[in-house]
Amino acid sequence: MKLVEIENLTVSYEGVSALDKVTFSVEEKDFLGIIGPNGAGKTTLFSCMLGLITNYNGTIKFFGKDIRKSVQHLKQIGYVPQKPVFEKNFPATVEEVVGMSLNGQDKDKVDASLQKVWLHELGKRRIGDLSGGQQQRVFIAKALVNDPQILILDEPVTGIDSQSMDFFYHILDDLNRKEGITIIWSSHDLDAVAKLATKVACLNRTLAFHGISEEFFHNEDLLKMYSESSMQLHMHKHGD
Amino acid sequence: MSFEILTYAFMHRAIVSGIAISLMCSLIGLFLVLRKQSLFGDALAHAAFGGIAAGLYLGVYPLWAAFVVSVSSALALTKIKQKFQISSDATVAILLSSGLAMGVILISLAKGFTVDIFSFLFGSILLVSLQNTLLILGLCGAVLVIILLLYRKLVYTTFSEEQAKVSGIPVEKLNYLFVVIAAIAVVISMQLVGILLTSSLIVVPNVTAILFSRGFKQTAILSMSFAVFSAVVGILSSYVLNVAPGGMIVLISIIIFGVSLGMKSLRARNKFTRKTKPIVP
Repeated sequence: MKLVEIENLTVSYEGVSALDKVTFSVEEKDFLGIIGPNGAGKTTLFSCMLGLITNYNGTIKFFGKDIRKSVQHLKQIGYVPQKPVFEKNFPATVEEVVGMSLNGQDKDKVDASLQKVWLHELGKRRIGDLSGGQQQRVFIAKALVNDPQILILDEPVTGIDSQSMDFFYHILDDLNRKEGITIIWSSHDLDAVAKLATKVACLNRTLAFHGISEEFFHNEDLLKMYSESSMQLHMHKHGD
Repeated sequence: MSFEILTYAFMHRAIVSGIAISLMCSLIGLFLVLRKQSLFGDALAHAAFGGIAAGLYLGVYPLWAAFVVSVSSALALTKIKQKFQISSDATVAILLSSGLAMGVILISLAKGFTVDIFSFLFGSILLVSLQNTLLILGLCGAVLVIILLLYRKLVYTTFSEEQAKVSGIPVEKLNYLFVVIAAIAVVISMQLVGILLTSSLIVVPNVTAILFSRGFKQTAILSMSFAVFSAVVGILSSYVLNVAPGGMIVLISIIIFGVSLGMKSLRARNKFTRKTKPIVP
């Protein structure tokens, strides 16, 4: 079953193209890794899907419905931003942050969400006192609190140490395999994409590839083009 | 200090009004401080100054004129900020100076209502009438109810506008509503501490509370407690010492802030000493 259908998505900022006729779909229980250099349009793509950008051409459908006509899909989506921006001294406990997306108070749901990311013992701590890796896990818990069908993560491990990163990936793997949550995730980490993703999309303003993970990792040309070391070069080549 | 002062009707009105205003200002102030708009209250108060001067000049009840000017300035500024992406501090400076300019021009044109203006500049809570006390209670009650109804959405929007939008919260509409409430709160609070000190009533108890709290609710409760304590002690001590109540209220809240800073640094130093104590074999 197709949960997300994107057709000919085109976005431009003041005449400069950010996304050009991007078309792909996401099936239920997919773990889609979106890769591409900086400035490839990954965040723009997510912003359109989440309703943060509405000035685009093409169509985006969630659960068969055009998101321009209804924002109901947002209830079924959990979103983890690239780097959560908040005031370091913001007086909010971990439990309060996780519960922010809920309509009412539901301590059981908050506890269950924190349990999934192994942070149930830190619920009473101030969010700003946690490490970067722990904060990102809090934001996963927050994204999961409404039992979403789809989890969208925009380069979620930026600035996190490798140990926290491994733990973070382990949690994502569990959520997809054991809980059946569909994951759409953008990343620069090709090793992690190779380990976790069932499907891969290569984005650089246009969609260069969309298919199963094995197919991408057996394609020497694509792999060379999108490997971590060449991503910057690739970007500059396109930027010329 | 004699307890006789507690038997006066004007003191009852002042304390009741003071408690209502401090509760409202500290709660609204918490959102303003965390949105990095601490001086927005100051700017609204200065816009209200222009409104009061206009009211006195035109013969309209000055507080109503202040409400109109303050609310419309807040809405216009929010629109300008969103449309042209001008930074918060710049919009605050524009609002502050335009309100003051309008007031000064009208005062110089009228040449006659300086006494009335002074009561708004420095507050006159001990002179508040029964009618005004009821108005203060009604407006503060309404503002507090609206804030409590929208509490979760306001906290979420204050924490992260982007995340709140993704959760389906109409952030822009909520921001407009919030600035209207803040403008009303500022005009009401002018009667307690005056235009010049309103922003301190909004900022100081919250900055003090943030030093100690972990959670949002805890911060709000602590801030409201500090604000109410400052208002009551400030009003009573101002009567005993025969000084302006507005100044006393702010001074008490500043003293609480200073003591809190001292306690916080002492606690941090003790923690550091414990951590660095050498291990004796």
